[in-house]
Amino acid sequence: MFTFNIEKANNEANFSLSINWDLIIIGGGPAGLNASLYAKRKGLEVGIITDEIGGQLHNTTEVDNYLGFKKIEGKDLSEQFLNHINNLNVPILKNIRVKEIKHLNPDFEIFLSNGKIIKSKTILIATGGSPRKLEVDGEETFKNTGVSYCTTCDAPFFKDKHVIVAGGGNSAVEAILDLVPWASKITLVHRSLWRADQILLDKIKNLEKVTILLNTEIKNIYGDNKMQGLTVYSKEKNDLYDIKADGIFIEIGTIPNSSLVMNLVEVNDRNEIIVDKNQMTSVEGIFAAGDVTIQPDKQIIISAAEGAKAALAATKYLNKYYKETE
Amino acid sequence: MEKLLNQEIQDQIRDFLSHMDKEISFVLFTKKTGCETCTQTRMLLEEISSLNDKITFVNKDLDIDTAEAKEFGITMAPSFVILDSNGKYRGVKFSGIPAGHEINSFLSAVIDMSGVNFGFDEKIIERIKKIKKPINIKVFVTLSCPHCPGAVSNAHRLAMLNENIESEMVEAQTFFEYASKYNVSGVPKIVINETHELLGNQPLEEYLNTFERL
Repeated sequence: MFTFNIEKANNEANFSLSINWDLIIIGGGPAGLNASLYAKRKGLEVGIITDEIGGQLHNTTEVDNYLGFKKIEGKDLSEQFLNHINNLNVPILKNIRVKEIKHLNPDFEIFLSNGKIIKSKTILIATGGSPRKLEVDGEETFKNTGVSYCTTCDAPFFKDKHVIVAGGGNSAVEAILDLVPWASKITLVHRSLWRADQILLDKIKNLEKVTILLNTEIKNIYGDNKMQGLTVYSKEKNDLYDIKADGIFIEIGTIPNSSLVMNLVEVNDRNEIIVDKNQMTSVEGIFAAGDVTIQPDKQIIISAAEGAKAALAATKYLNKYYKETE
Repeated sequence: MEKLLNQEIQDQIRDFLSHMDKEISFVLFTKKTGCETCTQTRMLLEEISSLNDKITFVNKDLDIDTAEAKEFGITMAPSFVILDSNGKYRGVKFSGIPAGHEINSFLSAVIDMSGVNFGFDEKIIERIKKIKKPINIKVFVTLSCPHCPGAVSNAHRLAMLNENIESEMVEAQTFFEYASKYNVSGVPKIVINETHELLGNQPLEEYLNTFERL
């Protein structure tokens, strides 16, 4: 039987292009949504511009470490967040990307992918992360013809096939669990030792179709018109060998989506946005929260909390620099 | 027979469709045999059309109504088009059932086709209108893909704005062999005029850049 994952209608019609917003939040994941909740409650004119609601929540099937939810699907948690925001009528522009931000001192101009331009007094960058690449030969060549970064999207293509999962953290173990109903054989390849939570590792330890290769590095991905396998190097056996496989899901963490503001705010050597204890970036009036920042633990609850901190800090900033001078 | 959409989903869809402007119609092509999801797709379109008076639903048989199928370029079942208030085909097609996450691209196509302004900037609309060569877009999706509806909606909106552009959502599990021909093992995969490919949910500009390079 089919299910229907309807995204709640948002308040796009309320999204004014003519006002000078107090806070524009770029990104609709946990950080952006929670920031909008806190900002709206403070009475700010706040709006969200996002490509998709939920962000990386949609790349995970099951979430079981968000306080208050023993076990919930990523998309359902995203829906719960959105329901909460919709109660407060936060205007959201969806399926829109921000192309450029211009600093007018003190306000900002935001250039959108639909060609429109809006103005805001403060900005929150909550653009999250994208899947980190292995950066081995063949990865680009076989992208979407074997190489994938989204198990929830692409697992059905690997029915009765042998697939590799690259990585050793929680998302790699979750990818295995997503693939179990589809693949005939799953091999996890990770260059060092486990980083995943024990509670997740317990879930895969007795699965017959799963093989684990730790301390094993992926050297390349090969094939002809589609992927056929990969070459790996076992550090323990000092052995270079091929593994035949139909697909590979790469789950080795994320890279920050900071390119929009790379030339505007300071970033660290991993391109993560540097923020202070109030989530303020090196540019006054621009805040950042969630996986795009230097915060090392990329967790849903931490992103949401950073969003709240940023909204409260933006409120104080607005009170100080705008209300006092008005 | 039990309905496909439960009461809660029906209420959500009814609410969503209340934003429709003019009338639209669905023309669905099914087959009597060898079509696993024809029944459910018919049920979905029937149930949705019953939620708003502005929607008309017509069910055709791919093997019998061959002239109409040819008119819309339909060769597979289930496959359907959405026509505007003048009964005109505007290049918006769905092959396979738009369930799961894809219900969102379906509902937004209904609203868009009814004449609701989708808020593109004049400059973008001008660029879209300048496309003179025939463009065929296929967006391969799975129903569990959260990034796919955005890609489908963009493609469908392009088609609605320029009669040289035709756009089709293809549900890759229903049409597995067809998807295999295009080497699809990751979605959304966008195939333009059989020769150019875009991967992932691409912004409008990426589509336009590709069209202008053709």
